[in-house]
Amino acid sequence: MTGIAMPVPDSDVIARRAEIVKALKVMVPGEGVIDAEIGMRPYESDGFNAYRQMPMVVVLPETVEQVAAVLRYCHENGVKVVPRGAGTSLSGGALPVGDGVLMSMMKFNQVIEVDEANRAVVAQPGVTNLGITRAVEHLGFYYAPDPSSQIACSIGGNVAENSGGVHSLKYGLTTNNVLGLEMVLITGEVIRLGGKHLDAEGYDLLALMTGSEGLLGVVTEVTVRILQKPETARAALVGFPSSEAGGQCVAEIIGAGIIPGGMEMMDELAINFAEDFVNVGYPREAGALLIVELDGPDAEVDYLLSEVEAIARRNGATSLRVSSSEEERLAFWAGRKSAFPAVGRISPDYLCMDGTIPRRALPQVLARMRQLSEKHGLRCANVFHAGDGNLHPLILYDANKPGELETAEAFGADILRLCVEVGGVLTGEHGVGIEKRDLMPEMFSEDDLKQQQRVKCAFDPKQLLNPGKVFPVLHRCAELGRMHVSKGQLPFPDIPRF
Amino acid sequence: MPDTFKPRTAEEARDVVRWAAAEHEPLEIVGQASKRALGRPVQAGHLLDMSQLSGIELYEPAELILTALPGTPIAEIEAALAAAGQELAFDPLDYGPLLGQPAGLGTLGGVVAANLAGSKRLKHGAARDHVLGMEAISGRGEIFKSGGRVVKNVTGYDLPRTLTGSWGTLAVATCLTLKVLPRAETEATFLLSGLSDADAALAMTAAMGASAEVSAAAHLPENAANRLAARGHALPGPSTLLRLEGFGPSVDYRFEQLRGLLGARAGVTRIEVEPSRALWRAVRDAEAFAGTGDLVWRISVAPTAGPAVVAQLAEAFACTAFYDWSGGLVWLAVPGEEARAEEIRAAIAAVGGGHATLVRAPAPLRSAIPVFQPQPAPLAALSARLKEQFDPHGILNPGRMTAGH
Repeated sequence: MTGIAMPVPDSDVIARRAEIVKALKVMVPGEGVIDAEIGMRPYESDGFNAYRQMPMVVVLPETVEQVAAVLRYCHENGVKVVPRGAGTSLSGGALPVGDGVLMSMMKFNQVIEVDEANRAVVAQPGVTNLGITRAVEHLGFYYAPDPSSQIACSIGGNVAENSGGVHSLKYGLTTNNVLGLEMVLITGEVIRLGGKHLDAEGYDLLALMTGSEGLLGVVTEVTVRILQKPETARAALVGFPSSEAGGQCVAEIIGAGIIPGGMEMMDELAINFAEDFVNVGYPREAGALLIVELDGPDAEVDYLLSEVEAIARRNGATSLRVSSSEEERLAFWAGRKSAFPAVGRISPDYLCMDGTIPRRALPQVLARMRQLSEKHGLRCANVFHAGDGNLHPLILYDANKPGELETAEAFGADILRLCVEVGGVLTGEHGVGIEKRDLMPEMFSEDDLKQQQRVKCAFDPKQLLNPGKVFPVLHRCAELGRMHVSKGQLPFPDIPRF
Repeated sequence: MPDTFKPRTAEEARDVVRWAAAEHEPLEIVGQASKRALGRPVQAGHLLDMSQLSGIELYEPAELILTALPGTPIAEIEAALAAAGQELAFDPLDYGPLLGQPAGLGTLGGVVAANLAGSKRLKHGAARDHVLGMEAISGRGEIFKSGGRVVKNVTGYDLPRTLTGSWGTLAVATCLTLKVLPRAETEATFLLSGLSDADAALAMTAAMGASAEVSAAAHLPENAANRLAARGHALPGPSTLLRLEGFGPSVDYRFEQLRGLLGARAGVTRIEVEPSRALWRAVRDAEAFAGTGDLVWRISVAPTAGPAVVAQLAEAFACTAFYDWSGGLVWLAVPGEEARAEEIRAAIAAVGGGHATLVRAPAPLRSAIPVFQPQPAPLAALSARLKEQFDPHGILNPGRMTAGH
């Protein structure tokens, strides 16, 4: 463990471990409780694997009743619970706590219903993101949000993290594609939100749950909307002398009223790493590479590709290829999609950052990042979701060199502070988790963070669900509820009254 | 007349709320008060009029974002967007015609507080899908912000979307950031005439399940179609409408695609861009029920369930209906003084769930029966706890949504 501290484990709870394990085994019989160290080992970290922590015990419930029983027991006995999907979080959202239960939802792995007429799928939370698409592709449909971990990540985890992907500018994030949830509160109460109909009858708790990082409840069923697959998708691969020119091209494409299905940019270092790895003909000499994918009816895609080509040439494109076959389109994407493993091959370790900035600030941010790279003495390759300003700087380091992880973390924190400074945010799609927890005050005031934490008090007053994540300072709910107000005369004689 | 506060800044508004919290004095929050006849009537001794907090603070078309103060007239925002070839893609419904007021009223704060959406909800979502950031005053009298000014952000709980549609019962917005999108270059409507409700539902389902990217799908049975015809729209009896928006060649291509898919079912007419836009405004704003004395319900169910709900209700009592959102949104007009809330909500439960909101009724009726769909006990209790965390003394629009909040 390095820089980021987790809450001090409660020794009273750890002392009761045998009793807790015994109670859990009654609630979840068979092999649903794992308490041997070797069995718990796979759960000690998630995709943010610089941090590891063995849980007190792992439980894999199979039914909603079991989830409810475990949560109710933990609530009554003051035991912490960390929910986990596929464990692909890049921000440590599923990092266990040593005095808590790690609840894996991966036995909830069934697609419950495909409702073609209402364009909806009802699935258990452990179904993978790609599993939803697999269940409906024979009908010509797909599920739009496509995080790069889609082959492994679970739909329940997508809800917890409000996952995005390369198509989110046009098709939205998870929050725009989820219609309903069933979830269990820490008290064991089962609640249904939404369904196949649209909008909430009361407060939009569906919106609140989506992106709540496992702090508010455990999702046991998800209803998502599915879309008809576009008739065609074609991509343009455009090289530019600089990221500035590429960024200007992106602005003009959007300015022309075109919202591409995907629009990705890579910097010179990322282009070359990717080309070394997959060898698909990326222009190595380009300062920036833009992939613009247009999808929709044939006539529209042809028309828009010609518009995009013209805009790209106006902005000084040094190379331009348009895919003429599905194989070629996929080859264009192969480099981008393998950017992370490509970097993983060059460097023993890397940190993937996830800030979002207003796109106009891109040249400024890239220049500052180059300075930061020199300051910290570490290399940094950049891939961006160019359409929405979501940056993924990859900081290359070697964990075996003493102090290098700490340097990489400091570099990453500097990048995120920079994102906030130019009007952006700490995380566009990976979540706060533990990774960005201590940076939250860069973006939010104490009042902002306290109001967020009060929301948790409505769901989990003992703060047992996924503790130590998202919020840098924990306040007890009683303290958050206190009001300091002085009664008395109207203190604002100047405000117009009628 | 209640006492009215008209703050000019967020800090002045905060001072009013802080005072109200200290004194436990309820506030009714309004912008232009254009939707005051929606929801349960609020009993408050003071009005907090936010209309002076007005103006577009930041509009960056290339970034697809707009930041404005809550009292900004929605018409002003739509005009600014149109001038740059953009729009609010969620197509906010204008309740003016239905509630007997002029069209074009309302503020951004009101649009967000009511989570408005129009016919394009089907493809583009509601206000809640486009709200990116918010600064607001809690019922504790504290200003807090959440979300951001970029289109992709998961930093912290998504309070901006959560507060959207809370009817001013959780917080008073002081600044809002929305995602905006390019306005379609052109559009056309594919009109099928003469279908029954059930056949129209099948046609809409088929269209929505095709790759034609239909952005809105509505069905007007004879009665509703005739009323719109009387208001100048060229509709020949029962009309099923499929809206196609986009670039010219794409719209033409998809029109022919729909003709191939549905042309054999009924007569097909193409409605061109200007009459199409006007027609969809009339559908969106429920103009078919404007100017009558009927009670009006807005019912949200699964798209294929709409006709079944209407068929069941039409057997029980006199009513007229039309459908938007591919059948998932039912506008139901009930003549007389009886709201029929229990029958309507039972019919919704029978088709697998949804909700019904009584959107037009005299105030005494809106006090007497649940205007918004009642929730199961654990969910209602959770909502009440959430209200308590934002507004511990219950001073913000008390009773607007339920007797409790």
